[in-house]
Amino acid sequence: MRAYLDHAATTPLAPEALAAMRPWLEVEHGNPSSQHAAGRAARAAVEDAREQVAAALGVTPLEVLFTGGGTEADNTALKGIAWAARDAGRGAHLVTTAIEHHAVLDSARWLALRQAFDVTEVPVEPDGIVDPGRLLAAVRDDTVVVSVMAANNEIGTVQPLDVIGPALAQRGVVLHTDAVQAFGRVPLDLDGWGVGALSLSAHKFNGPKGVGALMLRRDLPCEGLLHGGGQERGLRSGTLNATGIVGCGAAAQLTAATAAVQVPRLRALRDRLLEGLLAVGDVAVNGSRRLRLPHNAHVAIHDCDADGLLLALDAAGVAVSTGSACQSGAAQPSHVMTAIGAPLEGVAHLRFTCGRTTTTAEVDHAVAACTDAIKRLRDGGSALPW
Amino acid sequence: MSGGVDSSAAAALLVDAGHDVTGVHLKMAAAPSGLPGTGRGEAGAERSRGAGTGKGCCTLDDARDARRVADVLGIPFYVWDLAQPFQERVVDDFVAEYAAGRTPNPCIRCNERVKYTALLARARAVGFDALATGHHVRLDQAAAGRYRMRRAADPGKDQTYVLYMASQDQLAHTLWPAGEHPKPELRAYAAERGLGTASKPDSHDICFIPSGDLGTFLRPRLGAREGTFVGPDGRVLGDHDGAYRYTVGQRRGLGLAGFEQPLYVTAVDGETVHVGHREDLEAPALIADGVTWVAGDPPKAAALGAQVRYRGRPLPAELSDLGGGRVRVAFTAERPVGVAPGQAVVLYDGDECLGGATITSASAARKPAPPVTRCS
Repeated sequence: MRAYLDHAATTPLAPEALAAMRPWLEVEHGNPSSQHAAGRAARAAVEDAREQVAAALGVTPLEVLFTGGGTEADNTALKGIAWAARDAGRGAHLVTTAIEHHAVLDSARWLALRQAFDVTEVPVEPDGIVDPGRLLAAVRDDTVVVSVMAANNEIGTVQPLDVIGPALAQRGVVLHTDAVQAFGRVPLDLDGWGVGALSLSAHKFNGPKGVGALMLRRDLPCEGLLHGGGQERGLRSGTLNATGIVGCGAAAQLTAATAAVQVPRLRALRDRLLEGLLAVGDVAVNGSRRLRLPHNAHVAIHDCDADGLLLALDAAGVAVSTGSACQSGAAQPSHVMTAIGAPLEGVAHLRFTCGRTTTTAEVDHAVAACTDAIKRLRDGGSALPW
Repeated sequence: MSGGVDSSAAAALLVDAGHDVTGVHLKMAAAPSGLPGTGRGEAGAERSRGAGTGKGCCTLDDARDARRVADVLGIPFYVWDLAQPFQERVVDDFVAEYAAGRTPNPCIRCNERVKYTALLARARAVGFDALATGHHVRLDQAAAGRYRMRRAADPGKDQTYVLYMASQDQLAHTLWPAGEHPKPELRAYAAERGLGTASKPDSHDICFIPSGDLGTFLRPRLGAREGTFVGPDGRVLGDHDGAYRYTVGQRRGLGLAGFEQPLYVTAVDGETVHVGHREDLEAPALIADGVTWVAGDPPKAAALGAQVRYRGRPLPAELSDLGGGRVRVAFTAERPVGVAPGQAVVLYDGDECLGGATITSASAARKPAPPVTRCS
């Protein structure tokens, strides 16, 4: 029995996405920028996908730019918007939060370190939610972009964009949101919240890896990172990855079309999982239970060694995540755990995330394997000698 | 799995013997990654210079090499971050020992305080029967099930010296398959198994000082510690640029020329480095503490072989118990030259490693004279 409960890391490719991609791997090969028939066919497929993503987000197709993934979308938004705004003399200050994905956080820090921008990282409350008052207080007259993730990738906390967005819009400040984890799992009201830019990653919603999308409002000035053929409104040069983009479009459409069924199903699976984990004892939920992605269970297992637990679960066929890994592959305490003030010593923090393919049997297997492994590790005193 | 050929071959030997093997690479220092202040990969300046050079035992290259070996063997593989305990229990101790004028052996401390305690405990808690490493030691069981540590099949690679502290309980959960084979045989086997580490050069340096430059490592931590060389008659012979650069028994690199006989370091006392002749270094006996015995009890025979450095050889000696974990080792035939406090004295009966202790002092044939103070 295996249980893949790491859908926040990546998801299996949906059969619908694979079916859409197949001709673009096996038969078609045109460059979407070419003028001839082969090129036009590829261009049509890319535009179909653009419409699918736009429809899923509730924006117009020209506001969707395809990228090489969520990280590239985040980098383009942060750096591109900041550069363009500074060139226009609007200022050089960015606001973000302490729990952003490193694609946002390190982009902002790089702008501060190498490009003389000023960056404010707003802390979050112990429940993993940013306080809108604190965030808005950090915004200044020279603030050119505020980046707040729609939902956190580790602890799954959903951020109050419904409050933050309109307040920023009123002050004329651009809001970027990393919606890589949130898309398809919580409603995104881009117009209502006044979102200026938004990042997506196809493989987080059962699309292929290596494709992402940046939703960028047409009136929002932005510089590109890659220069060359001038594709994607001149903001993202490089031959379009038609195969991946087609898969991204199909997966976006599938996700949007099935959200009404999937979200309650994921929530029920997650609740069952969480109930089983909490029953082990000395296990606590990290982050708000209420303002949380429906598929995410992130727990602090006290008196338990994280590396040992991950190994034991892996051996039992259970795939979960302990947060970030360094270059060599070692698990490290994550900045999100630090930001919410979670205890680190002798505590295993584990993320379980369900997805389209998750079954009740998988959840039950994971709970049984966890219960067994935690008990053994606690009896072995493994948390102590480190 | 360090990413070297010994642990690679050890893993392969166990897989081929039908064991259920899981590979673990120990990350002993923070590697730089990301941007400053991101909380990822800070500190470890010395290590970062080593990263990518393939030297030492904990670089990114080594982690990758180990991972690829695990891939070939088809076993699970993990990197466990031990940077903090390694820093606290091995590196800090190493620096403190030098600060106190001793010559530490960090490999012994690592085995004692990290690998065969924390790592073994975790492995057992997770449900593994044994911890295997690539160390060159032969492990067998004598009568009544007692575990014995014996010199490696490849005597030139023997590592009993750095594992003398192993207990019966630890040995009951230890495997050292590499110790049963001469190194060339291990390399050939690794090559035959298609392991990328088969022809990787042996590492010789201290893993957390991949440059091999002890002075550069210690100076920012201990200050320059400049001082004087004092000769056997108490006369100041010259200045030196840092006491920790000198180890008892050292002859090269003293920069003292024009003497009839070659001069050796006989003692390091604060900033003063005592030098003398070879016979001044001969130690008829030494005192050591923290003694441990592989069998659990002291050996019955008093006549043993005593080895005072990693690449040394055992010399005939008699052991006497001073109580409180302290022992006196008296050399009955040949005397060791240059016994450095901080190093281990490891005791052997033939090719069996019986145990050992940390040298606290050597009784020199001649005491180093106090420096002559000049009146002004």
